Amino acid sequence: MQEGKVLPAAQINRDLLRSILETPRWFWPVVTLLGLIVLVAAITIGVMINTGLGITGLNYKVVWGFFITNFVFWIGISHAGVMLSAILRLAKAEWRRPATRAAEVLTIFSLMTAMIMPIIHTGRPWRILYWAFPYDFARGVWPNIRTPLVWDPSAILTYLTSSTMFVAIALVPDFAVLRDRTTGWPHRIYTLLAMGWEGNPRQWKLQIIAGVLLSALILPVFVSVHSIVSWDFGMAVAIKSWHSTVFAPYFVVGAVHSGVSAVVFAMILLRWAYGWQEYIRHEHIDALGRLLIVVATGWFYFLVMEIVFGIYGLEGDELAVRALQFLPTESGVPYNIWMIVFVGITYFLPVILWLPRAWRRNLWIMSTACISVNVGMWLERYLLFVPGQANKQFLTFTWNDYLPQPAEAIIVGATFAFVSMLMLLFSRVFPLVPLYDIKEGDILKTEIKVGRRTVPATFRED
Amino acid sequence: MVVDLDKCTGCQACVVACQAENNIPINTKDYFLQRRAYEWIRIERYWEGEYPNVKARFMPVLCQHCENAPCEPVCPVYATYHNEEGLNVQVYNRCVGTRYCINNCPYQVRMFNYWHPNWPHRMENQLNPDVTVRSRGITEKCTFCVQRIRRGEIQVEARAGQRLDDNRIAAGNYDPACVQACPTSALMFGDLNEPNTAIKPYFDDVNNYPGHHEHERETRGYRLLEEMNTRPSVIYLKKVDQYPLADKGAH
Repeated sequence: MQEGKVLPAAQINRDLLRSILETPRWFWPVVTLLGLIVLVAAITIGVMINTGLGITGLNYKVVWGFFITNFVFWIGISHAGVMLSAILRLAKAEWRRPATRAAEVLTIFSLMTAMIMPIIHTGRPWRILYWAFPYDFARGVWPNIRTPLVWDPSAILTYLTSSTMFVAIALVPDFAVLRDRTTGWPHRIYTLLAMGWEGNPRQWKLQIIAGVLLSALILPVFVSVHSIVSWDFGMAVAIKSWHSTVFAPYFVVGAVHSGVSAVVFAMILLRWAYGWQEYIRHEHIDALGRLLIVVATGWFYFLVMEIVFGIYGLEGDELAVRALQFLPTESGVPYNIWMIVFVGITYFLPVILWLPRAWRRNLWIMSTACISVNVGMWLERYLLFVPGQANKQFLTFTWNDYLPQPAEAIIVGATFAFVSMLMLLFSRVFPLVPLYDIKEGDILKTEIKVGRRTVPATFRED
Repeated sequence: MVVDLDKCTGCQACVVACQAENNIPINTKDYFLQRRAYEWIRIERYWEGEYPNVKARFMPVLCQHCENAPCEPVCPVYATYHNEEGLNVQVYNRCVGTRYCINNCPYQVRMFNYWHPNWPHRMENQLNPDVTVRSRGITEKCTFCVQRIRRGEIQVEARAGQRLDDNRIAAGNYDPACVQACPTSALMFGDLNEPNTAIKPYFDDVNNYPGHHEHERETRGYRLLEEMNTRPSVIYLKKVDQYPLADKGAH
């Protein structure tokens, strides 16, 4: 089953710590460029806070636009981490090993990015403490716990905390390796982070128990986060295409779809940038491709069901929204064309690219498929949210459309630069492929002969 | 409130009265082009028939002050809630501008301030001192002219020389600006706790024959988007078309 050769531990350390102990020549120019993009977006946000949301394209009818679409998109990306590390760890999938940390770190950074979105989208972001944290004890005005907007910060912050703990626990043995290989102030910081790790059996046992325990505990959070984010829309009774019970599973599966694709693309990029061909191998990409076919097909089922449930009731106002989504219009945004593009690049194109084994092992084809899925999933959220608001209810007099403005495009585009920049900076100080996990996998691969029988060299942790 | 669609001529006097009473920013050409012009009460105009046989239908739509208001449970900061008089009130100071209430309002009567409101310098003196000027970044909507209800209460208090208890303000002392301005009396306003208000029979009738009993109603009353079960405090009276379009049956 497992391909690739077993490498000596010293070489694993050398290869995987290369990103930390040496600086590649491209590193700082790329980070600077990404930083500049983020800076432009930060200035745009500043202008927006100063002059008001008037500089966006939102109007009196469509009040949630690009920012909320982007929020849900990044929440979706964040689901890759738990899917790859917790679920596959519990399922004992061996091929997960090199991908886990990149996925978890992507989870943390995309959650942080996602949380910026609803905050800057509010009319008075400086008063957000009023909502996300119940601080106003004196007047007895508490946050309204009936609204999904209060469930949201709770769920997302829980997810952020638990993912950070998950990554931190997995990092401890690697911190110890780094502690032993650095000098000066980095040494002192890594010493602090390694928390006295010596690699004795008791510490390994505790570390493994904590990892398995957190994997199991994080699973409900994994399901609940995107369910709750979907209830932001599913609970809105007034908007016909949003008010649907299928939203929670639909969003969770969609999140896994886009999140795992994003991780595959990030892994291919890192393999290319840091020369990790020995660690991120074709078999890993192949396995993720096979997983993605299943996830994509599950997601496609929910997509079709959501539309069928909507149309089945034959309610006029629901049909009006669906007509805007699927039928040609005389003027305004041609949502029907976008719809065809979206389904094509989110399901049919990538799944066709994933089906042949040889294509799954071609990194260019895999990158194309994964980017196409993520562009498509961004479009999916947009096409789900905006037409519903544009054609809300029977009062046709108020029907209105939405055209995003440059300010929104800049901020949304810069979130991608922001996450990439954070990932690069992270890979500069922490190993992005877990050292000990690779070594553990190598040990499990080795088999020894006991009498006539061939058995694995070690027992599994779980 | 009761809105008699049979009497409404679509003259927009209520809209103008509301803009003046409630310090609503002037809807300039720019606001219209940005599709952000707003009115707390709007006249929806629908065309019926094909040219030359056309008829315009008018429907004033304002905050329905629903008993089951969908906007209330979704506000994270309790900026919108039900007060003890049954009004759906908006607390501007609390509002952070999530705009969830706007999305969750089926009647599209909640409005968001995308820009800071500006008036020409000369017009600042005509702002109503009883009504807050809303800053940008918050949601606002019809209040049923709560400042007039309060003024009525204060007058009752002043007359009685004691705090307001169960004494009712005389009807007509607290009419919202739109009701006062309506030339055809298409809008009627009253206190449902009062036994003899003119609007009470309509409410009783609609409440007695809800939903699928609609055809049994004795009056022309109905509620807007009744199937949403928001139980609005505004009842519309159907238009009686004395001269229906000639070719109506042909289509």
